[in-house]
Amino acid sequence: MAEQALRKAPLGGFNGGSAAAHVSAAAPATRLSLRAAPDAVAALSKALGLDLPTRPKTSASAKGQHALWLGPDEWLLIDEQGADLAAVAAKSGVLHSAVDVSHRNTAILVAGPKAAQAIASASPHDLSASAFPVGACARTVLGKIEVVIYRAGEQEYRVECWRSFSPYAFGVLAEGAEDAAH
Amino acid sequence: MLLIHCPYCEEERPELEFRGAGDAHILRPTNIADISDEEFEAFFFLRDNVKGLVYERWRHIHGCGRFFNAARDTVSDKFVTTYKAGLPRPDLSPAPKATETTVETYEATEGVAG
Amino acid sequence: MSGANRIAGAGRLTPARTARFTFDGKSYEALEGDTVASALLANGVHLVGRSFKYHRPRGILSAGAEEPNALIDVERDAARKQPNVRATVQEVFDGATISSQNRWPSLAFDVGGINNLLSPFFAAGFYYKTFMWPKAAWEKFYEPRIRAAAGLGVAPTQADTDHYTNRFAHCDVLVVGAGVAGLSAALAAAETGARVILCDEQPEVGGALHYDKSVKIDGQDGFAWAQATAARLAAMDNVTVLTRTTAFGYYAQNFVVLAERVTEHLARPDRKLPRERMWQVRAKRVVLATGAIERHMVFANNDRPGVMLASAARTYLNHFGVAVGKKVGVYTANDSAYEAAFDLHRAGVRIAAIVDNRAKPGEGVLAEARSLGIEVLTGHSVIDTKGHRRVNSMTIARNGGGGKRTIAIDALIMSAGWTPSVHLFSQSRGKVAYNAETGQFLPGTYAQDCLSVGACNGTNGLQATVEEALAAGELMARATGSKAGGKVEIRAENAFEWTGGMAGAAEGAGANDNVKAFIDFQNDVCAKDIRLAVREGMHSIEHIKRFTTNGMATDQGKLSNIHGLAIAAETLGRDIPKVGLTTFRAPYTPVTYGTIINHSRGELFDPTRKTPMHAWEEAHGAVFEDVGQWKRAWYYPRAGETMHEAVSRECKTVRDVAGVFDASTLGKIEVVGPDAAEFLNLMYTNAWDTLKPGRCRYGIMLREDGYVYDDGVVGRIAEDRFHVTTTTGGAPRVMNHMEDYLQTEFPHLKVWLTSTTEQWAVIAVQGPKAREIIAPLVEGIDISNEAFPHMSVREGKICGVPTRLFRMSFTGETGFEVNVPADYGQAVWEAIWARAEPMGACAYGTETMHVLRAEKGYIIVGQDTDGTVTPFDAGVGWAVSKKKTDFVGIRGLKRPDLVAEGRKQLVGLKTKDPTVVLEEGAHIVADPNQPIPMKMLGHVTSSYWSSNCGHSIALALVAGGQARMGQTLYVPMPDRTIAVEVTDMVFIDKEGARLNG
Repeated sequence: MAEQALRKAPLGGFNGGSAAAHVSAAAPATRLSLRAAPDAVAALSKALGLDLPTRPKTSASAKGQHALWLGPDEWLLIDEQGADLAAVAAKSGVLHSAVDVSHRNTAILVAGPKAAQAIASASPHDLSASAFPVGACARTVLGKIEVVIYRAGEQEYRVECWRSFSPYAFGVLAEGAEDAAH
Repeated sequence: MLLIHCPYCEEERPELEFRGAGDAHILRPTNIADISDEEFEAFFFLRDNVKGLVYERWRHIHGCGRFFNAARDTVSDKFVTTYKAGLPRPDLSPAPKATETTVETYEATEGVAG
Repeated sequence: MSGANRIAGAGRLTPARTARFTFDGKSYEALEGDTVASALLANGVHLVGRSFKYHRPRGILSAGAEEPNALIDVERDAARKQPNVRATVQEVFDGATISSQNRWPSLAFDVGGINNLLSPFFAAGFYYKTFMWPKAAWEKFYEPRIRAAAGLGVAPTQADTDHYTNRFAHCDVLVVGAGVAGLSAALAAAETGARVILCDEQPEVGGALHYDKSVKIDGQDGFAWAQATAARLAAMDNVTVLTRTTAFGYYAQNFVVLAERVTEHLARPDRKLPRERMWQVRAKRVVLATGAIERHMVFANNDRPGVMLASAARTYLNHFGVAVGKKVGVYTANDSAYEAAFDLHRAGVRIAAIVDNRAKPGEGVLAEARSLGIEVLTGHSVIDTKGHRRVNSMTIARNGGGGKRTIAIDALIMSAGWTPSVHLFSQSRGKVAYNAETGQFLPGTYAQDCLSVGACNGTNGLQATVEEALAAGELMARATGSKAGGKVEIRAENAFEWTGGMAGAAEGAGANDNVKAFIDFQNDVCAKDIRLAVREGMHSIEHIKRFTTNGMATDQGKLSNIHGLAIAAETLGRDIPKVGLTTFRAPYTPVTYGTIINHSRGELFDPTRKTPMHAWEEAHGAVFEDVGQWKRAWYYPRAGETMHEAVSRECKTVRDVAGVFDASTLGKIEVVGPDAAEFLNLMYTNAWDTLKPGRCRYGIMLREDGYVYDDGVVGRIAEDRFHVTTTTGGAPRVMNHMEDYLQTEFPHLKVWLTSTTEQWAVIAVQGPKAREIIAPLVEGIDISNEAFPHMSVREGKICGVPTRLFRMSFTGETGFEVNVPADYGQAVWEAIWARAEPMGACAYGTETMHVLRAEKGYIIVGQDTDGTVTPFDAGVGWAVSKKKTDFVGIRGLKRPDLVAEGRKQLVGLKTKDPTVVLEEGAHIVADPNQPIPMKMLGHVTSSYWSSNCGHSIALALVAGGQARMGQTLYVPMPDRTIAVEVTDMVFIDKEGARLNG
């Protein structure tokens, strides 16, 4: 019997930024790429225990679980407690596609009074309170990569990217955070 | 950098999130295996490349991921409108006139960027 | 005092705060806040550079961004060195090393000055005409020499050690320019609660208030009001005030790009600060308050050091406390120069005379001049100047003849009127309109949501400017939905309203072709050059510009365009608007490359993608190759091994024992939904509905035109779930291709696509001992050959973590591809390695992978295919279903050209000399003795030394290749001709016994 393989996160220990914007690797979480037609939303919401958002750029959160609207039939589900999201979605009994992307994505947290400015060093997205209030989310670009930005709080953003892009994302955000301090 | 209105995200988003995908409203024949060489040529190879209003496909590839259609003026490089994939070509006639040039520039007279 | 020409009590700098700098090796004292230009003038230095073509001595012409002459090299250290900096913009910092440019051996004595004497030969169009013959001499003789002589500064050779940053910013109203107009507009906009960004290129706000001391605003000194207003704005939460920030580009939809010089003025900048910061601003509305630029007078020898714009002389006096001379001549066609004369006169400088080209100056200024006792000569022109390194006299004459007189001076200030700065407006695609009354091009038709206010809009009068700006600021802010605040009111007054202005050559510039009356100082274009261009047949202003190079220097003709245009119009006998204006382009002033690329340097130039096992590979000596953005282990050399030796060893070890390979970069797409098989039937040439869950199939994907687009193994995980693999490089475009068809051609299908490339780490274990290696690690899957034959897939566990285990092979050996969630990749790899290594297996890289697959004749899309190859050409026609009625490419495959005889087909090649390895890309011919150019039959696509075969192997695309089996063909190389035999593509285990073992 082989030893249980240990998990190694792509950004383990990354920590940086400035007093204006702290940049750090988020803890592992389970993630699901959920796809479904509009007629399945109600049943899936019931199974998941949160209302899947149906408006662009919005999200729903409950007890460490987040559902981010990415497209008209696409959501990124994140569970910080590590729930088996595919199994939960399967209970809905309606047609959908659930693909585990827990290891595909990794997340970087950007927090602090100038967090938005740190991200704006490389993202053309308008992150102001009016255009991107707490709870807003969008798939967009950060420098030369694709990311999902989720505004977790007034001064807190979660930047999700594919794992191999995460050192680049971290580098860009750390430089942006440094510049935001000045 | 242009702003492009995504009909699915219902707002203008930076051009960096989008990718062009060629002419719109070209239907792939359902009996494609049986069409003639001429029909295939018209479907796959021949494009008009008009000066002025064009209908083209774009994908919000780094956003909601949807393909959609756009009417764009190739002279002004302005998007006239965007609409969801599958919707018919909007009636935009008469085509918007290019603004009068008050000064005779090389570009205005020759129509060539210097 | 820092400099003999500093006037006590004049200017706004603090005498106690000094800084030292060197200019061409000589040390000078400056005051904090000085520009290099003001500091040099304070020290009596007027000669600061040599002109581009004639190497004429040049001085400081302006006090701003429009400066064409005073270009300097600023050096902090060998790596931080910048050429072509305008001395009128660069602030002095303590310890700055400043050098002049375009001179050798020294500024005062410049050998290149011979060009001035030879100038009759350097007329406009000289390059086009002179260097045309003989043709061969262009490349070898003329061009290198012109290049050596051309250019102004010298670029540093070391990498820049400064860093640069970028910010995307969004606002309701962007106000460009912080003079009276810009500040007023910003204030009105800010009071509504709108998000406002106000930027100005100068270190301090105020614009024209730098020189116009007569202005009172709300009872306060104008400049002091400006500083107080900027401070008030900066304190508001909704306002960002950016000084030392040039708006250099105005693009579509109010996208305006700014360059902020953060540390250029600091002696010892905090290294954490960027040198410059780029701002990419998206504004809902833009207010342009960019002011106007004073034009010079066009007359003979108007380029001597000491000749400068009147407003510049006034700035040096009123802001920097520097007198530009002791006995100053004034030459003007506009009232504004009078005020400069008054200020200088009051500061104790002697005004030799005001020479006014007009018969009737403004009454107010004329009266004031008389009351001050300054001689005014109306209806006169300056017809010449003298003085080598600095002007020492001007010769004047009455217009129409007579009254010729030479007056000793040590500076000559001039004004031909004001050119509104419509550059950004024009960049925004707005169309300018000519105002015949004022002789100005002004904003005409707007193309974007912006408004011009103040001098750049041709607005005369200070109070009118303020009111226009306040109204525009509020209007623009309200248009964005900002509702707060009430009306802002500002009262402003100044001494005189200005009248006058002229464009083109004044009397005395002469029709004589030897007279050098400069219009473009930086490119040495004279009035006569424009006339010559017209005589040579250039009638479009764009042609005249290119023929004479007028306006093509780094200052983009900020001073010269209007003069050039007026002279062209006069020579052509057409009205100015009929001749037209050239197009303004970004950048408004030069921008450093560092600013433009900002963060994208070094590690952040481009993402470097590493697989989950990268650290292990690095620790085990892997040499990496770049595959797109990926770093892939290429081969694992042991101590002393060459690449060739390492690859040969790896190849043999895989076939003799086993090898472990990191295949994580392969693209992966999860295709899920009840119509998944039907969708794949349409996307691939193969049939997928017949594939049973738990089985895999090699699939070929075509474009609609019938050519191979991608390939890969697809496993059916469940009835409604497929695990699709793509080539490493093809992953994103295949995903896009599939999404395109799904969304727009087959939207009725119930199926969804998700990229899982990075969800899975993929460890390929290949070779006779592969099963033995993984067997004890796998749980819940019977991996015996019977239960788990070649081309199967199962879900289970390995090392206690979930796996999708594939039985498949890209080597021709018994093989497994272990997919595990990526974070477990390295641990599972290590567990596999711990079993593999003691058995004598090796880790292998992409080079060995390439050789092993070539030994089996497996193609690589993009290497053995090139976008013009069908599956039949590539020898994989068996993968094209004959039963399906539709798939992407089905019709393309039937095109006449694609079914014609003699197409290039993929075949194997064996060299007659088994030790010779062909070059990939080498051409193949039937007869090596035919004359050149030879008829090419095809080319080598893949070629390797095969240690397993004991001879070299190659794949090649050869015309009619299938029919040439056994033929001898030739590969002509520069030094020899290589004979090859056409063979089957499979070099090892043709029966596939090893694969199924």
